Amino acid sequence: MSKSYRDGLPINPEKFVDQLMRLKRGSIGRREFLGLTGLGIATAVMARELGIMPSPAFAQEGLGDRMSIATWPNYHDPATFENFQAETGVAVEVNVFGSNEEMLAKLQAGASGWSLFVPTNYTISTYKKLDIIEALDMAKLANFDGSQQDARFTSEGTIDGVTYAVPKNWGTTGFAVNTSKLAKPMTNWKEFWDTAMAEGDGRTMVHDYQLTTIGNALKYFGFSFNSLKQDELAKAEELLLKVKPHLFAVSSDYQPSMRAGDAWMTMCWTNDGAQLHRDIPEIAYVLGKEGGEIWTDFYAIPKDAPNKPAGYALLNYLMDPKVAVKEHLANGAPSTDARVNALLPKEVMDNPILYPAADLLTPLEFGAAATLTDPGRAELMARFKSA
Amino acid sequence: MRSNVLRHNLLTALLLGPATAWLVIFLVLPFVAIAVFSVGERAPEGGYQAAFTLAQYANLPARATAFWNTMVLAPAGALACLVVAYPVAYYLALRAPERWRLILLALVVIPFWTSLLMRTYAWMYVLGGRGIPALLAYVGFEDVRLINTPGAVLLGIVYGYLPLMILPIYVSLERLDRRLLEASADLGATPVSTFLGVTLRLSLPGVMTGFSLVMILLLGEYLIPTLLGGGKVFFIGNALVDLFLQSRNWPFGSAIAITLVLVSVVVLIAANRISTRLSGARRVDLI
Repeated sequence: MSKSYRDGLPINPEKFVDQLMRLKRGSIGRREFLGLTGLGIATAVMARELGIMPSPAFAQEGLGDRMSIATWPNYHDPATFENFQAETGVAVEVNVFGSNEEMLAKLQAGASGWSLFVPTNYTISTYKKLDIIEALDMAKLANFDGSQQDARFTSEGTIDGVTYAVPKNWGTTGFAVNTSKLAKPMTNWKEFWDTAMAEGDGRTMVHDYQLTTIGNALKYFGFSFNSLKQDELAKAEELLLKVKPHLFAVSSDYQPSMRAGDAWMTMCWTNDGAQLHRDIPEIAYVLGKEGGEIWTDFYAIPKDAPNKPAGYALLNYLMDPKVAVKEHLANGAPSTDARVNALLPKEVMDNPILYPAADLLTPLEFGAAATLTDPGRAELMARFKSA
Repeated sequence: MRSNVLRHNLLTALLLGPATAWLVIFLVLPFVAIAVFSVGERAPEGGYQAAFTLAQYANLPARATAFWNTMVLAPAGALACLVVAYPVAYYLALRAPERWRLILLALVVIPFWTSLLMRTYAWMYVLGGRGIPALLAYVGFEDVRLINTPGAVLLGIVYGYLPLMILPIYVSLERLDRRLLEASADLGATPVSTFLGVTLRLSLPGVMTGFSLVMILLLGEYLIPTLLGGGKVFFIGNALVDLFLQSRNWPFGSAIAITLVLVSVVVLIAANRISTRLSGARRVDLI
């Protein structure tokens, strides 16, 4: 099964000749093997069930009929992929992930099956080091215009002058508060943690994600979000262990609980904060004034992408400002692209959740690659969760 | 004569072939791979790097809480299932009218036709703020919290694993020779002592099968604690998911997985022994 997703792709002349030569040499092919062992039928049945068998009648030439993207929850306008399929015949399967580590683990294990995915800024150098993402062929991305991008947010997609990833959007990590339950105004992380142990007892959520949960605990003491210092991490751990019994949940899927009123306060990313506030106005989004995280999500193509042509086609489609603007309206995170900003309605550009004041943005830090891969922080998170 | 034996052996080999291949490919090979991983090292960027060290096993105490939680959860969950399942199985096997029996059995099995994930998600909404707590608020009990509590986890476990407990007990009760019950009554035993001395005792093999079946599955459980417990309580299953997907420490994860398999085997052997002793000479082979 491991490579059966390739079956949906059109065969190119080299592969055809290659197969022919193998047949001539008499070396047994995979299909023959599967056919002889009876596994072939099973594979075919499963492939059809899983929807990876081709239905070539609808496929646009060269793109195949199917591709897979790995991304985040509540992150796209579903109409985007439907429109893409209507235009190209390529159906997009959306895989939703909870953390960059999970994406990395999947890509490291190989044969993820994705032709496009959405990594966050600090992972890109690691992906490049591990040689699992493609240096992008910018000629295939006519809709991307680097000169219109805000370099503050997008520099981590380019390493040594080579572009490995192009930006989707940027955002911040703050916290969401249901102000009808917790009326006291809050402006910093110290208040977040203190409230979690007082009025917010049993109603507060933190991310199931070491980067933000440890990082924002570090901010309680005014340390760097990215700190790897032993003594500072020890203090953060002490705080986390003290808060643990008061938490409602350790989970990155916090929208359902916030919407249902089970949770009153949660660590929160910009786009979720904007969606929650849009639908339930009493849910406010707060940025810690002592700092915290700022991030950019990118699009990148894995080296072993099974359908690179479709990956590039979808990426180029998503870079079209007319498409991107709809994505931003649905998802709620701010854009890095001046052309998109020009198309966004005024009330979106004036929304302080999406475009916070400069004094709130200045202290924020981009997560560092070392923070993500540090085994010490991973163990700290495990100790916190298992406490 | 000889050719008959040969043919017989060939037939046996042919018949056993698919099952053996299945076991080797899906059980033995992964187990070997995990065993090899478990003596390796975590690569600098995560994953596996070849080495030979027992450091991962020495590090097992770092997950002592997870092991402890699991060792408490698994028997407690299995016991809770047993308490709920036994009366149901008893009713189905000995009291239910003949024509209803099949329908009632089907009702026990039907939930199994959908994925446990979906059903557990459904419980998230039932126990969440818009479910039962909303009803309670309507009758005057404000701010009741049901989701993400130990009770919710236990409920999820009983709900999810109940059929696995009911069916083996039902089978052992269904095979019960009714004449033994009559004999017991004829000899002057009260209904309670008949139940304890005859019915319960003879159904023990089913109870032990159900108990160990549920317990072994619970040893690897991670979904229910995550969804209904809010990810606050760490079980071995959660530790494994985290080690493979979050901290990407495959060797440590493998060492824990191997330890979990060994614990499961010990549990099975113990269950076997207890079952054999309790039910007299009747041996139940679980492994």
